Amino acid sequence: MASLELEYSLAPTEPMEPFSTGRPTKRRIRGGRGLVLVIAALYFIIPFYAAMQFSLQDIQGHFSLQPLSQILTAPGFVSALWLSTQLAVATMMITLVLMVPTVIYVHLRMPRFRRVMEVVTMLPIVIPPIVLIVGVLQASPLWLKNSQYLLALAYVVLAMPFVYRSLDAGLGALDLKTLVEASRSLGSGWFSTILRVLVPNLRSALLSASVLTLALVFGEFTMASLDNWTTLPVWIALAPTNNPRINTLVAMIFLLATCLLLMGLVSLDRSKSRHSRRS
Amino acid sequence: MLKFAPRTSTATRVSTPPPSGGAPVVLENLTRQFAATRALDGFSLAIEPGEFVALLGPSGCGKTTALRVLAGFERPDVGRVIVDGAEISDVPAQRRDMGMVFQSYSLFPNMTARDNVAFGLRLRHQRGAQRRSRAAELLELVGLADHVAKYPHQLSGGQQQRVALARALAIEPRVLLLDERLSALDAKVRAELRDQIREVQQRLAITTVFVTHDQEEALSMADRVCVMSRGRAEQIATPSTLYSRPATPFVAEFVGVSSRVNVARTGDSVELFGRDVKIRGDDFRLDLAVMDALLRPEDVDVEAAADGLGVVTHRSFLGATTRLEIGIGGEAVKADVASSDADGFELGTRVRLSVNARDVLVTEQRPVR
Repeated sequence: MASLELEYSLAPTEPMEPFSTGRPTKRRIRGGRGLVLVIAALYFIIPFYAAMQFSLQDIQGHFSLQPLSQILTAPGFVSALWLSTQLAVATMMITLVLMVPTVIYVHLRMPRFRRVMEVVTMLPIVIPPIVLIVGVLQASPLWLKNSQYLLALAYVVLAMPFVYRSLDAGLGALDLKTLVEASRSLGSGWFSTILRVLVPNLRSALLSASVLTLALVFGEFTMASLDNWTTLPVWIALAPTNNPRINTLVAMIFLLATCLLLMGLVSLDRSKSRHSRRS
Repeated sequence: MLKFAPRTSTATRVSTPPPSGGAPVVLENLTRQFAATRALDGFSLAIEPGEFVALLGPSGCGKTTALRVLAGFERPDVGRVIVDGAEISDVPAQRRDMGMVFQSYSLFPNMTARDNVAFGLRLRHQRGAQRRSRAAELLELVGLADHVAKYPHQLSGGQQQRVALARALAIEPRVLLLDERLSALDAKVRAELRDQIREVQQRLAITTVFVTHDQEEALSMADRVCVMSRGRAEQIATPSTLYSRPATPFVAEFVGVSSRVNVARTGDSVELFGRDVKIRGDDFRLDLAVMDALLRPEDVDVEAAADGLGVVTHRSFLGATTRLEIGIGGEAVKADVASSDADGFELGTRVRLSVNARDVLVTEQRPVR
């Protein structure tokens, strides 16, 4: 009897938990993820929508694209855009020329120094831009103080954390030592190796470093305003337009452009990893 | 730089460059220290033009460092590298005209197979059409004519290594350096590539240095093998000499299979399984009464005998031969018998052993652990 009872008690009457498909749990997790995504999206979309509505509605509350056509004729806009573009290009070029060989050198010859580099490149995030620009203005010679490119030099420092991390990740994904040695054994010097072998293989890292630098220069306000240059962010905040809707619209357009650029980068990176997984 | 003869190839024929003769290489008393580790300790090696030499040894023996010193990626602390009669110890790697195939896949990921092969030619300012056709020829030479437009990620490991070989050959190197290049491949591809490398090397007569820890690879491919240990050359000899006449106990144990048997010395002989066998070479200078003899499995004859002192404890089928492990007097001796005769040697069979070699290598007794 006892054994029968035991058998009975051990006999499974319902599907046991470990053998269940686990679908409700997965569904709960997916639902949770979706909720987080919706909340995050709303956090960004609502202010953006409000700003766009403010910019594109006329006094009667009607939707109109007319402010878009007024942007180019707004006083000071074109010169501010041109200045920011010049600064962005100069910053990108100086940053890449300085950082690409440096990071390659650190990876190849001083791998132990990478941690120090990580800390050093974090400093511009820790030090407030206002402190940086005051220091730079104090230390710069007069001829440089009068040049708009002083800002580009300061932006190079600001961009360092993003650029270093992009390049560090890009180089980490390569068998750098072997590629460099293979190139050198075939007769290539250092410059040619960097230009012909490494740079093409760092394309996405360089692209993301450039876009992040671009976004930084087009969004930086403190340093530019303290150095008395009307860059685009300074113009957006302080331009004496009689229509604040235009300023807001410009800010939103640049925000959208930066978002699209970053999303483009992410999708480029994903399609690349899918491609390499397939192969 | 050595130049191949002008080519008159057609589209259907691979014009293999004529034998270039290769360059003689001398590594003279090389020493290289890394922190507390001495990777090379007075290493010397002379290589004849067109010769294929394998550097063989366990991990950390200094073989890769020697190759890197020769390639120009490491500088020796002491010693000289001489190629074609000229010292190149201070010449940077990019000016040494040496083709190198690396252990890991070293193809440039952003270039097709053809562009990879043509890379060195581009650096030498060869015209586009000329270098493309040369690259295609070399890819045909390594059996990859249908893969010229593929990127490295579209090629298998073996194909990538063949492209790397074609790329190294494209610059018409004075010396070809191969760094454990087959170790990452599966056995079948490895065997195919081994034959192909040897064939190409012999056809082009390029002086070649091959680093490996795989003795089968070294013995089957090289004209001479340099066995290395602790940064020094233990023995430099042809594969057959290395196997049949190892100069040191290290070589005897590292190359091929050896059994250690404790023996008593009588003059310039030792007693092995009841027979006096001469001590090989200079080893009779060892001033020891008791020592270990090193025996190859094929040097030992086995005979089933009820009164034999040995017992078969293990057997492994190796194809034509079967390897027996025989326990005798607390020691394990390996012996090979023809597989057709192996049925008489089941586990537990009592056997009598004898030595068929005319002399044996002896060494100090292994310390008791």
